Amino acid sequence: MKLDARIPAGPIEQKWDKLKFDMKLVNPANKRKYKVIVVGTGLAGGSAAASLGELSYNVEAFCYQDSPRRAHSIAAQGGINAAKNYQNDNDSVFRLFYDTVKGGDFRSREANVYRLAQLSVNIIDQCVAQGVPFAREYGGLLANRSFGGAQVSRTFYARGQTGQQLLLGAYQALERQVKAGTVKMFPRHEMLELVVIDGRARGIIARDLVSGEIEPHVADAVILATGGYGNVFYLSTNAKGCNTTAIWRAYKKGAAFANPCFTQIHPTCIPVSGDYQSKLTLMSESLRNDGRIWVPKKKEDTRPPSQIPEEERDYYLERMYPAFGNLSPRDIASRAAKRVCDEGRGVGPGGRGVYLDFADAIRRLGRQTITERYGNLFEMYERITGEDPYRVPMRIFPAVHYAMGGLWVDYHLMSTIPGLFVLGEANFSDHGANRLGASALMQGLADGYFVIPYTLGNFLAGVKPGDGITADHAEFAAARRAVEERLRRLLAIQGKRTVDSFHRELGHIMWEDCGMSRHRKGLESALGRIRALRGEYWQNVKVVGEEAEINQALEKAGRVADFLELGELICRDALERKESCGAHFREEYQTPDGEALRNDAQFAHVAAWEYAGENASPIRNIEPLEFEYVHLAQRSYK
Amino acid sequence: MKLILHIWRQKDRQSPGKMVRYEVQNVNEHMSFLEMLDVLNEDLIARNQDPVAFDHDCREGICGSCGFMINGVAHGPQRGTTVCQLHLRHFKDGQELWLEPWRARAFPVLKDLIVDRSAFDRIIAAGGYVSINTGGAPEANSLPVEKTKADLAMDAAQCIGCGACVAACPNASASLFTAAKISHLALLPQGEAERERRALNMVAQMQAELFGACTNHGECEAVCPKGIKLENIARMNREFVQAACLHREPARETGGA
Repeated sequence: MKLDARIPAGPIEQKWDKLKFDMKLVNPANKRKYKVIVVGTGLAGGSAAASLGELSYNVEAFCYQDSPRRAHSIAAQGGINAAKNYQNDNDSVFRLFYDTVKGGDFRSREANVYRLAQLSVNIIDQCVAQGVPFAREYGGLLANRSFGGAQVSRTFYARGQTGQQLLLGAYQALERQVKAGTVKMFPRHEMLELVVIDGRARGIIARDLVSGEIEPHVADAVILATGGYGNVFYLSTNAKGCNTTAIWRAYKKGAAFANPCFTQIHPTCIPVSGDYQSKLTLMSESLRNDGRIWVPKKKEDTRPPSQIPEEERDYYLERMYPAFGNLSPRDIASRAAKRVCDEGRGVGPGGRGVYLDFADAIRRLGRQTITERYGNLFEMYERITGEDPYRVPMRIFPAVHYAMGGLWVDYHLMSTIPGLFVLGEANFSDHGANRLGASALMQGLADGYFVIPYTLGNFLAGVKPGDGITADHAEFAAARRAVEERLRRLLAIQGKRTVDSFHRELGHIMWEDCGMSRHRKGLESALGRIRALRGEYWQNVKVVGEEAEINQALEKAGRVADFLELGELICRDALERKESCGAHFREEYQTPDGEALRNDAQFAHVAAWEYAGENASPIRNIEPLEFEYVHLAQRSYK
Repeated sequence: MKLILHIWRQKDRQSPGKMVRYEVQNVNEHMSFLEMLDVLNEDLIARNQDPVAFDHDCREGICGSCGFMINGVAHGPQRGTTVCQLHLRHFKDGQELWLEPWRARAFPVLKDLIVDRSAFDRIIAAGGYVSINTGGAPEANSLPVEKTKADLAMDAAQCIGCGACVAACPNASASLFTAAKISHLALLPQGEAERERRALNMVAQMQAELFGACTNHGECEAVCPKGIKLENIARMNREFVQAACLHREPARETGGA
């Protein structure tokens, strides 16, 4: 497989501008003749569908939820980064670029990250013009706060619901296009197969989740913006419906899957309370602006936090990383939490938790200020745990949150299948081995509002609309048959175990052996156990109900079948990457003081996995990464 | 603990539905209400019965997917809480509960506790936006917004579109939902240019979807998980009346050279 990232030549500040000028255009009168499918309506998909509709392409947008407004971008709490330098704290596009490459532990592509930092300022302008109610100062100008991995204050926010407000902005723009007739919306539809004809993505097979009908949809290009695959761990901060099916189907049709083992564990989530738990809830990283993280110095200290005197507390992030303290990047903060819990100093049931304490901040700033900043997060915490964080410190523990890995894309955001573009969390492009806080929203919107409208035009200008392909084509018929057979097979097994029980078991394997820290033996064992579990799944899963109706068990069954395959690829990728970097921590490769030890000589590259058939091992292709502007160095937040 | 549930079961949009009694054993106070239904569903599957269908996704109270009536109250007994964030510590061991879907003509039942809320999307499509295309937006700080106004706009913009307001209203009115969006945009300078058209078109769409009218019961505000205030409906009514009096269609464009 040839991986050509198509990075434009020239100095990094000029690459995007140069490419924009070099790209071909589609005549305005011809745009409506091109049909474009967008799967997923979160920040990336929603903004892409709206922007392409505005350009008058003929867009069909799909989401599995009942409305495009429900995509999981809506749950992002803390904020969105932009290099506006409104705070006069010496921020710049170059600094945001530098922080993001360094934060990603030098495993992202410099050119992509630079473009992201450039576009960040346009995103804020766009969203403000849409009426997104960002937080403001008394003078009427936009407010900012700080986030992990940065020493400047560049995060824009709308209380603790930034993702919601940005998504509603994109959703409203999308609905405007629905009304205008440029976008046709297909809610409660799930993409179950990609159709590739003569090496080009030409459409999808989708299931209408209400009628159960299997529908072919033909297009001139397909855009996947279907989010991340964190639910392979069963418990994660993702929504229950988040899945890998769309990108996994594309992978099996020839799209390379890049860096699947880069999965982010977020340090501040509400700890697991029992084995019935269905998901984990994030407590925004912004809380680390004012909250202090600590555990008792003594092992197995069961005193309530208020009884533990100051000198017997270990504010371990402030101690270990004095320069960044409680705002250390996510991978570092998560591992530190695991380490103190492994030492027996964790708090709460089972000792799997650390305190996030606001007592100092409340004393310093007053309860009113804390309520203004984090009121809704405090309420959410209290609803879930029954404890009042104004009086008792929050208990938090790391949880699976974000997938840096995803389908490989070039600088144009096109996958290795021509005509198949991948945006947002579903691609791998910008965050390397670790994503910094408030960067996911930035990437989703940069991809959807400002990159794809140009790069897609460049692609479409080179092909004829329709090109004689209809839903009657043999490849569509074959893809449809494959989907139907798979659904029928799942329904016919009638085994003894529910889909959820398999999913939980898979999640347990992934968390134990491919979670916050990994080692060769554990990964090898996980590979065997996942294969065995997948074997059992296709013999012993039990799916009730019928095909031609709303059947949530059947929906889940298809998604878990794909997770059972993806889990294996993640472990394989983790096994082959014989270094530690960002969120990927291999116990065999660490510095004497327990930090990640990269191996730039052998692993300064993207691993792009190529599907090689049902019974063959996938092929590991390499895209070397070059660092011309941010020099390779061991990350230090000390 | 144990709960006795009476759940509305309906196969599809056409079929008649009925209440069915279930006993859920071995649940505990730390579970969320939906986790309790997960336990019931695992049990139903084990007994070869169709699990109870209900909409849910984020399970952290923000996506707006979930929601049904518990003992006649939308999202159940705890104020300011979606059903996914409602925990069993608010119920008693052995308590008997009746679960029903949102009931409104504009929200037809699709299956069990799932209803079709696409009418909400059409109300937004009628005008719930600022008509600007991507690109060419002015520098963000070139337009200061009074903090109080921005905060009020944010209060209204928090609506998650769950539909509880409609379910709670004796008239099945969508006024609180529609008013929240009209308010959010009317309070901001960005929304000013389309203020009149927006109010007229969104209210007209709300009526076309067969939602009822508002008669100031206030049930919507009482059940709203995001605390959207009734004052937004007052603001919507003012916007609508003003627009009905003052609105003029824009002049048709005439040709140039």
